[in-house]
Amino acid sequence: MRPNGRSENESLYFTYPHFDAPDPAERSKQKDVAPVAIVGAGPIGMTAALALAKEGIRSVVFDNKATFNDGSRAICVARPSYYILEQLGAVAPFLEKGLGWTTGRSFFRGEKILEFKMPDGPDEKFRPMYNLQQQYIEQFLWQAVEANDLIETRWQSEITGIEDTSDGARLNVQDPSGDYGFAAHWVLACDGARSQLRTMRGHRLKGENFEGRYVIADVQMDHDYPTIRRALFDPDSRPGGTVLIHKQPDNIWRIDYQLEDGESTEDALREEKVRESVTSVLKDIDYTGSWELEWWSVYSANTLAMDDYRDGRVFFVGDSAHIVPIFGVRGLNNGLADAANIGWKLGWVLNGKAGEALLDSYSPERRGATFDVFANASKSARFMTPNSHGWRLMRDATLSLALTHPFAGELANPRQMTAFTYSESPATLAEDPSFIGGPGVGALMPESQMDGDFLSDRLGKGFTALCFDEDLAQQIVTACASDNSLTVLSLAHPSAVSDKFAADARSVYLVRPDMHIAGRWHEATAEVVIEGYHSVTFRKGVL
Amino acid sequence: MNHADLENIYAALARKIDEVGEAQSELFLAKLVLLLAHNNGDAEEVLECIDGASASLVTNN
Repeated sequence: MRPNGRSENESLYFTYPHFDAPDPAERSKQKDVAPVAIVGAGPIGMTAALALAKEGIRSVVFDNKATFNDGSRAICVARPSYYILEQLGAVAPFLEKGLGWTTGRSFFRGEKILEFKMPDGPDEKFRPMYNLQQQYIEQFLWQAVEANDLIETRWQSEITGIEDTSDGARLNVQDPSGDYGFAAHWVLACDGARSQLRTMRGHRLKGENFEGRYVIADVQMDHDYPTIRRALFDPDSRPGGTVLIHKQPDNIWRIDYQLEDGESTEDALREEKVRESVTSVLKDIDYTGSWELEWWSVYSANTLAMDDYRDGRVFFVGDSAHIVPIFGVRGLNNGLADAANIGWKLGWVLNGKAGEALLDSYSPERRGATFDVFANASKSARFMTPNSHGWRLMRDATLSLALTHPFAGELANPRQMTAFTYSESPATLAEDPSFIGGPGVGALMPESQMDGDFLSDRLGKGFTALCFDEDLAQQIVTACASDNSLTVLSLAHPSAVSDKFAADARSVYLVRPDMHIAGRWHEATAEVVIEGYHSVTFRKGVL
Repeated sequence: MNHADLENIYAALARKIDEVGEAQSELFLAKLVLLLAHNNGDAEEVLECIDGASASLVTNN
């Protein structure tokens, strides 16, 4: 919502573009058929389109709006998401505009009880987290989408029906000039929490709604404070409640406060009420200067997901498949990981580099990630918004104790988003128990500084075999000579990298295009690596 | 004790307080302290903890 007198897209600092509907004369010349139709041009749909394009797959993206989503919404982009953006060739503007951060501070009744730092250091290419308004996220993705010849976007185009065909699905599209049918072999439903496609396909989200409701308000002000996330527990402004404060680019500050049980949502969303609440929060942080209200909204903490993220030729991606509580900034980041996951898999199947069975791994991998998020977020939610006497008493006892005993402050540490480990997936191999340490199968590959660049910079476009022995590396290269989708990297042993991977000279790690570890062998041979590579790409019998 | 242990104890306590109910929670927590003190065995340490826990109690709660 915006202050009285400003329309939905009238921002203090951002100019929303206007996208015309497809020109009927132009459109009639285009073929209404594509390998992949993507429904929703939000951050998830655009990321999925870019991930497919990276594999050379054409897609058409439909969106019923004429511009980006209103308001700043999701503002925290986590390190794993920066890797996704980098792989899609879109990370440059994100790095330039986003505010990287590593530190959080928690306060109880005005006193600082905890300062936590997220893992970071010279071995890391990206910061653990970047703050960036969602409209910038969409704008930067759009710049990449618009420049890509393999992606066509049809704005103001709503999907009003879908039916299965023998080799895909037929969508009914409605735009300002009328209705038409569109044939796609595969459909990605990236149409958000209130997904129409999910309803049309007869599916529901299942799970829990938590009690807590939060208002998020963005204000513009000259506030001198570093990019450090602040959590205020039981502050004067919201006795018994919790307030979160984040810095964003363009002097925008996100203020996020919990509503009390008795407060009506409707009343809390009135502009004067929001102004009143923001004023009292600013008093808590000793800001006395002027400020302008930019945008506000309300959310509640839900843990809802579909039973299966796949329905035949339709994949549900991002919020259409699951709604996660905001604590720990996992909504957007989890959605981007979904989009990258289905993007490379569908791309590999469509360009013949992988068997169709690879697609069966999408739902279990990403549902696993969702439920991991639920577990973490439920823990955070119980701390941030305790909903019974017992949880509240423990929370207050912890905060009170933390004033004098730092160990208790650790219980207030929000444990920010980390990438999920796909350890029980059809697209990863069994763990090799001979490893003592190192990243396990399914984990995101740890980063490492090399001579002037990073390990991730040396990965191939497809799978990469990390070897620690020149001869073994050469044997793998020879064995897969005809296949340019496997890159073989020969790393020094012993070295800082081989230590990090707990690797022997004969060890090999197989890394997927999404940088997750597909498999590892403590004592490898070229044959076993190639066999593993064929197994996780479901190419047995193909080659 | 690692972080996960501490989190588990936190959750178990919260659940038990809810289970015994608000009216009985004070009695429950006092019994728990006596039990832990007995198991700890070091009277001086327990007395220090008593002081530590009573510090920073805010009266307006």
